[in-house]
Amino acid sequence: MRRLAFIVPVVVFLGIAAVMAIGLGRDPKILPSMLIGKPLPAFNLPDVRTGTGGRGLASSDFEGKPGLINVFASWCVSCRIEHPFLMRLKAEGVSIHGLNWKDKGDAGARWLTQFGDPYDRVGYDPTGRTGINLGVTGAPETFVIDKKGVVRYRHVGPVDPETWTTTLKPLLDKLEAEA
Amino acid sequence: MKRLLALILALTVVAGPALAVLPEEQLKDPVLEARARHLSKELRCVVCQNQTIDDSDAPLAADLRAILRERLTAGDTDEQAKAYLVQRYGDFVLLKPPINPATLFLWFGPALLLLGGAFGVWRYWRGRSVVAPAPLDPDEQARLKALLSETS
Amino acid sequence: MSAEIGQFALILAFALALVQSAVTMWGAHRRDDALMGLGRMAALLQLLFVLIAFAAIAWGYATLDFSVELVARHSHTTQPLAYRLAATWGSHEGSMVLWILILALHGGALAVFGRTLRATFLARVLGVQGLLGAAFLGFSLLTSNPFARLSPAPLEGTELNPLLQDPGLISHPPLLYLGYVGFSVAFAFAVAALIEGRVDAAWARWVRPWVLFAWTSLTLGIALGSHWAYYELGWGGWWFWDPVENASLMPWLMGTALLHSALVLEKRGALISWTLLLSILTFSLSLIGTFLVRSGILNSVHAFAVDSARGAYVLAFCVAATGGALALYAWRAPAMRTGAIFGPISKEAGITLNNLVLVVATATVFLGTFYPLLYPLIAGGATITVGPPFFNLIFLPLFAILLTLVGFGPLLHWKRDQVKAILIRLRWPLGLFVIALLAGTFAFGLARTLAAFGIALGVWLIAAGGLLLVRRWGIGSKTAAASWTLVRTTPVAVWAVALAHAGLGVTCIGITAMGGFEANKVLRMGPGDQVEFAGRTVILDSLGQVIGPNYQADQGVFRIIGGRGPRQLISERRFYPSSQTQTIEAAIGPSLVGNLYISVGDRDEAGKAVIRLWNHPFVGWIWGGSILMALGGLISLSDRRLRLGAPQRSRVKAGRKTAGAAA
Repeated sequence: MRRLAFIVPVVVFLGIAAVMAIGLGRDPKILPSMLIGKPLPAFNLPDVRTGTGGRGLASSDFEGKPGLINVFASWCVSCRIEHPFLMRLKAEGVSIHGLNWKDKGDAGARWLTQFGDPYDRVGYDPTGRTGINLGVTGAPETFVIDKKGVVRYRHVGPVDPETWTTTLKPLLDKLEAEA
Repeated sequence: MKRLLALILALTVVAGPALAVLPEEQLKDPVLEARARHLSKELRCVVCQNQTIDDSDAPLAADLRAILRERLTAGDTDEQAKAYLVQRYGDFVLLKPPINPATLFLWFGPALLLLGGAFGVWRYWRGRSVVAPAPLDPDEQARLKALLSETS
Repeated sequence: MSAEIGQFALILAFALALVQSAVTMWGAHRRDDALMGLGRMAALLQLLFVLIAFAAIAWGYATLDFSVELVARHSHTTQPLAYRLAATWGSHEGSMVLWILILALHGGALAVFGRTLRATFLARVLGVQGLLGAAFLGFSLLTSNPFARLSPAPLEGTELNPLLQDPGLISHPPLLYLGYVGFSVAFAFAVAALIEGRVDAAWARWVRPWVLFAWTSLTLGIALGSHWAYYELGWGGWWFWDPVENASLMPWLMGTALLHSALVLEKRGALISWTLLLSILTFSLSLIGTFLVRSGILNSVHAFAVDSARGAYVLAFCVAATGGALALYAWRAPAMRTGAIFGPISKEAGITLNNLVLVVATATVFLGTFYPLLYPLIAGGATITVGPPFFNLIFLPLFAILLTLVGFGPLLHWKRDQVKAILIRLRWPLGLFVIALLAGTFAFGLARTLAAFGIALGVWLIAAGGLLLVRRWGIGSKTAAASWTLVRTTPVAVWAVALAHAGLGVTCIGITAMGGFEANKVLRMGPGDQVEFAGRTVILDSLGQVIGPNYQADQGVFRIIGGRGPRQLISERRFYPSSQTQTIEAAIGPSLVGNLYISVGDRDEAGKAVIRLWNHPFVGWIWGGSILMALGGLISLSDRRLRLGAPQRSRVKAGRKTAGAAA
């Protein structure tokens, strides 16, 4: 019994070390989304090119077929890095919807004109409230929505070929096959 | 190598000076504003390293401060206002973690340890009571005294 | 050339550390004096080469050798020389070399001053120190090479982060590291004692000055860091319960426990295995702190370089050092003799309780700091934050218990005491505590009883510290002349305890006042505007641009009327073009009863700037009290009985004591 008490410290320490070792593999800055498995919060945003009478983006647009929402902004450096790949996806026929988050005036529209528009529909969210309702912490972020309008996945940071082929594409195919 | 360089760009850096709440953000009602300030000190800025939304000058923190004030003005209780943000960002935004099965050890671990430690100390004394019983009768007191003077 | 010399010196030091460890351990095992002597020589040579490596980095900064990557990343031609030199430890790589240098200094000091220790014991201590040195040198060489070259060399470097270009950088890290690394001596002593299977009063007498020195440095280091954050970050906080800050608090709390348990071991021969455990854990917490800071495993406002390879190395090292030492402890400690006995009401018992509370307080900080790592594992990936509200709710009550105990401790008798006698002895501090509590409650209102309680606790500690001196001097019971003699002959230890404990009380008052009575105001002001704040009138006299050596600034000049008469305060918002960063230089009007703290923010089109005003009551007492505590530590270090220069004498004494105990 007395000997046992002396073994406690080393056992507790090894437990702590194990937790720390697991923690090393995690990025403390990434916040898991609260929306996974929940329906998309309701929103109905005007088109990013204000005054052009575009359709904008609404939560009701995500019914019947799986969809992608890509949160972007003209002030976002990583969005520039991501952008060419999104253009490539568009060329391959992938449908992506855009959420122009916390941009002032027509900055988002000009950005799309300058670099190209990879999106089907682009909602304009200058106050950032729709983004906050989605639990967005920064741009770019990409959400995968299923046929019933339920959020199934969120990717933080630029979408690159690797994320696309290993995660997003397979998930979209799976959702497509779902009843 | 390049990646490594990028990683170590931010070296030994203390976060920049953050000046949060702006004069025009404040509510006219001083009671409501005081509540908002108090609450914003209990909420974490989700994009910063480790700051409250009260301390942070990140744009998202400013948005969250504004939302908090809107909720309070709309008549939310403190708990409802916090719940509004938790619904969007999770328990991560609460600087005071909620009490749930997974945080029981966090909240009650210290008290448990203190009680356990006190029990251990008590056992230690009792275990040695063969030599020096805890409540001493006069006879034992004399023996203890003799023993103590021997050892010193 | 200097970088290559430094690199070579670092590699040699690494080899020497390994030699030091192997030779001393083997020598101690064989009882071979020649081998053990060789080990001491290796420790000194290692120190020499680490010094050369350190000097090589400093030389690079002094001469602005931008072909060295480290220099190019942390210095700029406009950066003042003092901050170029301090930049030596202003980066991850450089600060590791400072850490190694301090470790080598301790090893060297042990090799020189430890000659009066039992030869095999000193050899084993140096063996453990050698292993620690090798591990850190390996870390530096493998993951954080400070001597990497850039080709082609840039014409200009990137300046050191402006927030770090401050006198704080010159003293804060070295003091902090003196503390962290200083505890390695206690660690090495504990491991050596476990290997040899013997601990006695002489062991404690040897270990205590090292612990005291480390503790004193750490106390000053933490206080300096807190003060630095207070004036430099521009929002007047002095402690954020941030992981990096907690990393320094944990070894401090555990080290405080160690300091006291070692006292019991030295004076009374009790708490033997407990003291060994504390010695191991205190340094382990320094290591874990290093892991936390260098791995970036947790979010912190004090962001360091984040690199998981570094994290993995330090963690592996932690597991080897702490895990190894604790395993050795589990194996050897049960066989060690149990200590002397003491009554449940005695100074020993009081210190045992103090140790218990300190250890639980350390565990609380640990739990709060690392729980965000554990939580996702038990809550299915969800994340949480543990912030100031948690620590205020759990840590502060524990600390209040501790402070209550601290007042009693020094006035308890060794071995055995009576509750009634204690209460009579302490009637003055107890009375003052009650008066302060009642007066505070009356003055602040019932709703602020907690604030009154905190202040009363501070009064209790200061009074109990004072009582120590009053009793020693026989004031009230002896003639003035006799008292004067007693004053002059007051033992150093009494001064030290009285100061350290009263200092804790002073800090407690500062913390309570800041927690309960801080006030702030945010508004826009233009030149000529004035505002009433905290019983003063604050007038913004002018808003203008100024140019500094390596920055330009928006400067607000304020005139304060009321309080202590009119005076001028200046706050600046500086922009450093070379690093594209901004800093705020707060205007601080310090006084004994509180600081007025003003910072200037953004200016709008109308020429008005966002002005933030704070009233920080008694904030200076937080650091003043810490300085008193450190002063207590320093005075205690000057005690002849502990001085390293007089070991011969202490050995004789210790020998007698051990002999007596054995009889």
